Amino acid sequence: MSEELFAQMRQAVIDGDPAAAAALAEQALASGVPPLDAIDNGFVPGLTYVGEQFGAGELFLPDMMLAARAMQKAVAVLEPEMQRQATERHVLGRVVLGTVKGDIHEIGKNLVGMMLATSGFEVHDLGVDVAPERFVEAAREHSADVVGVSALLTTTMAGQRTVIEQLEAAGLRPKCRVIVGGAPASSTWATEIGADGYSEDAIGAVALVRQLVGA
Amino acid sequence: MNTASAAAAGVRPRLEVLSPAAIRRIHEATLEVIEKVGVRFPSEQALDIWAAHGATVDRATSIVKVPAHVIEAALRTAPPAYTLAARNPAQDLPLDGHHVGVGTDGCGIEVLDPWTLEVRRSTLADVADIARVGDALDQVDFHWVAVSAQDTDPATRTHEELLAVWRNSTKHVQTETVVTAPDARTAIEMAAVVAGGRGALRQRPVLSMMQCTISPLAHDGGPIEASLVAAEAGVPVGFMTMASCAFSGPATIAGSLIVGNAEVISAMALMQLAFPGSPVYYAAAQTAMDLRTGAYTGGGPEDFLFGAATNELADFYNVPLSMGAFATGDKRSGWQAGLENGLSAFMASVSGADMLLGVGLLHGSRIWSFEQMILDAEIASIVEAMLRGIPFDDEALALEAIAEVGPGGEYLTLPHTRKAMKGLWKATYLDRRTYGQWHDDPDKYHRDALERARSLIKNHRPEPLDPAVDRELVGLIERHRQAAMAS
Repeated sequence: MSEELFAQMRQAVIDGDPAAAAALAEQALASGVPPLDAIDNGFVPGLTYVGEQFGAGELFLPDMMLAARAMQKAVAVLEPEMQRQATERHVLGRVVLGTVKGDIHEIGKNLVGMMLATSGFEVHDLGVDVAPERFVEAAREHSADVVGVSALLTTTMAGQRTVIEQLEAAGLRPKCRVIVGGAPASSTWATEIGADGYSEDAIGAVALVRQLVGA
Repeated sequence: MNTASAAAAGVRPRLEVLSPAAIRRIHEATLEVIEKVGVRFPSEQALDIWAAHGATVDRATSIVKVPAHVIEAALRTAPPAYTLAARNPAQDLPLDGHHVGVGTDGCGIEVLDPWTLEVRRSTLADVADIARVGDALDQVDFHWVAVSAQDTDPATRTHEELLAVWRNSTKHVQTETVVTAPDARTAIEMAAVVAGGRGALRQRPVLSMMQCTISPLAHDGGPIEASLVAAEAGVPVGFMTMASCAFSGPATIAGSLIVGNAEVISAMALMQLAFPGSPVYYAAAQTAMDLRTGAYTGGGPEDFLFGAATNELADFYNVPLSMGAFATGDKRSGWQAGLENGLSAFMASVSGADMLLGVGLLHGSRIWSFEQMILDAEIASIVEAMLRGIPFDDEALALEAIAEVGPGGEYLTLPHTRKAMKGLWKATYLDRRTYGQWHDDPDKYHRDALERARSLIKNHRPEPLDPAVDRELVGLIERHRQAAMAS
């Protein structure tokens, strides 16, 4: 019975169908399937399959994003029950993300956030036009392992340095790592402002964060 | 490049990818999107203007929904043609549908150093060197600030960049990094000093501005307010959409054209509502996301089709177009750069772009290469020759020469040849040597291009600014710095 449900969950993620994924999560709760089992045996295998096919060049970034979104919907349905049972998904690390003050570009940052979330990280996305103090506050509040700072403009990228300086001033460094991204950033820029890492794209960002937290 | 006097009795090559019905459909769909879905303008000033002209304004989301007739009436006051003035009037660039002006690209963040050949962060000295080389190259008609002067104070960076270009070139300057109203006010004061006063600037805008939209369907507040400052001063301002298939626009070309068009025409309409008759232009650098990496590609068949289609939209709205071309994703000056820049420049030019952006950057407009700048200029010269079309006067028909040589024989030694061959294009950096010569020195043309740039950096002496003007510009920058520190 569970096996068939798990197969449907896997397929819902592969199809990138958030409504189906959420309905299957409800069904799991109604029939008493433990939420963690549903995630680990149902939804995650779908995501793993999509990831493998993506790696092989058979599926594309939008396929990955849709699968990730379906997975997120399902987890959101299961979360209250997980909390009630006092079970927790094992997270690889806690990440705070945002776009620097004065900059309202967000697609790239959202992509990184979703990829991290579906790779097993707890992601707190602060949105766009985020003041440096907000990054510090959120890093402290969530005990962030990594803070990701995005900027798209040559006129706003200096804000990445400010975030690092303020995290230093707040005494959160070097324990809390900082990564930077966005079109004007580069590895030389990351080095110059004392960031712990830079990635040119979202897939690289996941690998970078994994490496930084030793996952 | 001037393509007006071309093809005396021949036809200037012209390519169309949208039928009149298709253009009309895109226009109507765009109006519907602006009216029903809306466009975000996060600026109180912009929202006030929209509200005063009958748009539905949501102050919480900054989204405006504008009736179609308001947009259409506003666009009708945009001037169809005007001139981008240069410090040297002989270098003025008329945006009249008969000229394609090639600019430098922008705004890169790294430079392939012409002396060490290492990639490093860009500086103010690079901005000056690039302007100097651009001043010397016939194929470069105007400047963008090609790279960011990252060694300068961010508060006055855009103004120092502007001054560096004016000090090193007499050609027109278009900025893409003046993104707040205070920055725009200082930039325009500087331009007025160069032009010889506010009235003179309005007559001869030696500066124009370009602002990027935020796809999908949004603008940034600062850049919109900077644009309003420009429009009030009569400084031409354009809006560039980079809505990319499957990323910041729908996965289809038609859908992304509609999204991009809504962004651009809504911003142009806002300028016209605020300052009717102010010079505006359409700008676009649309592409398709790379489906595997999510990267901005800056090349590929979708790019080239966007280039042609956007020209037809700008013609429909009867405003000049600045088209992103030469935006190769290549990391070096290799085959991909030649292919992408050649096709994008050709497609945009042959469909009637007025401004082409721009030469010199690699890796999707991130890394400046002087070698690529020189090679892109050669691409521009090929495109220019094609746009001149096929001349058809008596000398071109060459009937006397044909009779003189007759069947058999050759044309090498004919006086007609010696005279008429001046019209044939001559390669500077294409490798047309023998195989043996190539084998002995395979990199000759890459080296030649780099050496040409090096020589211009060292030896080209542009017409300097009048010392009094220079001092005044430095003073304005200093005043801006102090105002920025005080606030």
